[in-house]
Amino acid sequence: MKDGKFLTMAFESSCDETAVAVVADGRQVLSNIISSQIDIFKHYGGVVPEIAARHHLENINEVMEKALEQADVTLKDIDLIGVTCGPGLVGALLIGIATAKAVAYATDIPIIGVNHIMGHISADFIQHPDLEPPFAALIVSGGHTNIAAMESYTKCRVMGSTRDDAAGEAYDKVARVLGLGYPGGPKIDKLAKEGDPDAIHFKRIMLEKDSYDFSFSGLKTAVLNYVNTQQQSGKEVNKADVAAGFQQAVVDVIVEKAVSATKSLGYDKLALAGGVAANSALRAALEAACKKNGIRLYVPSPLLCTDNAAMIGCAAYYRYMNERENGDSSDAGLEGLAMDAYAGLPL
Amino acid sequence: MMLRRELKMKDEEEVRAFGIDLGKRASEGQVIALEGDLGTGKTTLTKYIAEGLGVTETVSSPTFTIVKEYHSGRLPLYHFDVYRLCDPEELFDIGAEEYFEGNGLCVVEWADMVADQIPEDALHIRIRYGDKEGERIYRCTF
Repeated sequence: MKDGKFLTMAFESSCDETAVAVVADGRQVLSNIISSQIDIFKHYGGVVPEIAARHHLENINEVMEKALEQADVTLKDIDLIGVTCGPGLVGALLIGIATAKAVAYATDIPIIGVNHIMGHISADFIQHPDLEPPFAALIVSGGHTNIAAMESYTKCRVMGSTRDDAAGEAYDKVARVLGLGYPGGPKIDKLAKEGDPDAIHFKRIMLEKDSYDFSFSGLKTAVLNYVNTQQQSGKEVNKADVAAGFQQAVVDVIVEKAVSATKSLGYDKLALAGGVAANSALRAALEAACKKNGIRLYVPSPLLCTDNAAMIGCAAYYRYMNERENGDSSDAGLEGLAMDAYAGLPL
Repeated sequence: MMLRRELKMKDEEEVRAFGIDLGKRASEGQVIALEGDLGTGKTTLTKYIAEGLGVTETVSSPTFTIVKEYHSGRLPLYHFDVYRLCDPEELFDIGAEEYFEGNGLCVVEWADMVADQIPEDALHIRIRYGDKEGERIYRCTF
């Protein structure tokens, strides 16, 4: 506790980013450090995807020290430790978990595990102090595409997921086809502004009626086939039109499904989360569709959209409070020093 | 002895039958190395191999997380996509050796990018587009 506030220190290392944050009373960010943003790591050769657990291991202690320093607190002030325990890359997750457990063991601070997707949704709690459940959540990132019903601060029910590629991944792969480079999302978003979204029509893959699942692999193949066919017949490929047509097909499907899921739940709030939330076309289309349907749209800031630890701290805080108040420990196995990493942890 | 043969897959139905058969025959510690350009159907083939193993979960692309695990089938399935690795050595950093020598079936997409790291007894399938739409040519080496 510091100044009467409950402090959570959280770790996130599920994929590329090593991140540590300190949050007060669940929703107030005191520090939110992400390794790729720190200058001291530049000498490792700039920002490379920290796929290897080794990179997380090299970074995590310094990131933690920086998070405590920036929050102007010490471990003595910390009341709870939160850590991402899945889904993600096991080797990477384990570094965060092992570090969190070591700190918990040495200091006797309680520790709790958090689902990474639940963390993404919780970013909206940080950004919007007035947001309260229930609401519908749309998570779109490089590795995830989900629609979920957030029934309470700790209870989340998945309504739909991707059956093949995640939305962000489809962007990366189409950018590769067009020779735009990595990461594909911002590059396609930018190029699409110069193109005509109706010039080339790519099929909207909606799957079965009433399904909230997604499939983007077929769209990727359709773009590939279009580009190959044009090239084989010696015609020039208008990359801006391809980018615009592809983006429109992705956005149409996501918006349609997210809005109809929100309506089917009888909710009037939709919270967007994940890295692709920064996509300008998606935001504009969602804003328009939500307005038309009387739904209020919540979007986190770009920093909170990416993988970060503040969102994990927020989710950990609500889980801990829920367990303390209701004695509800339905997610046994995700807390205490026996916690493990779960590559495929379901929501 | 190395066996090499080329198979023509006329459509996705034939891919499905081939994949399910592979999944049914798969043994512990086996590695299947897939090569082929974007859109040739590496993940699609893996979905059918998973079906042959009896995996009930949805097998989605592992591009972002590099590896995904499935434990609902006859054998565990470890599905890799190494495209995002900057250096083949990183495969060991994520514990690939333990997966390759483990108790499950490993399927590796973009295996040509980590050729030196793939075990010698792996089954290689190189996929390329056929002449007709939807057609694929599988060059299998094992």
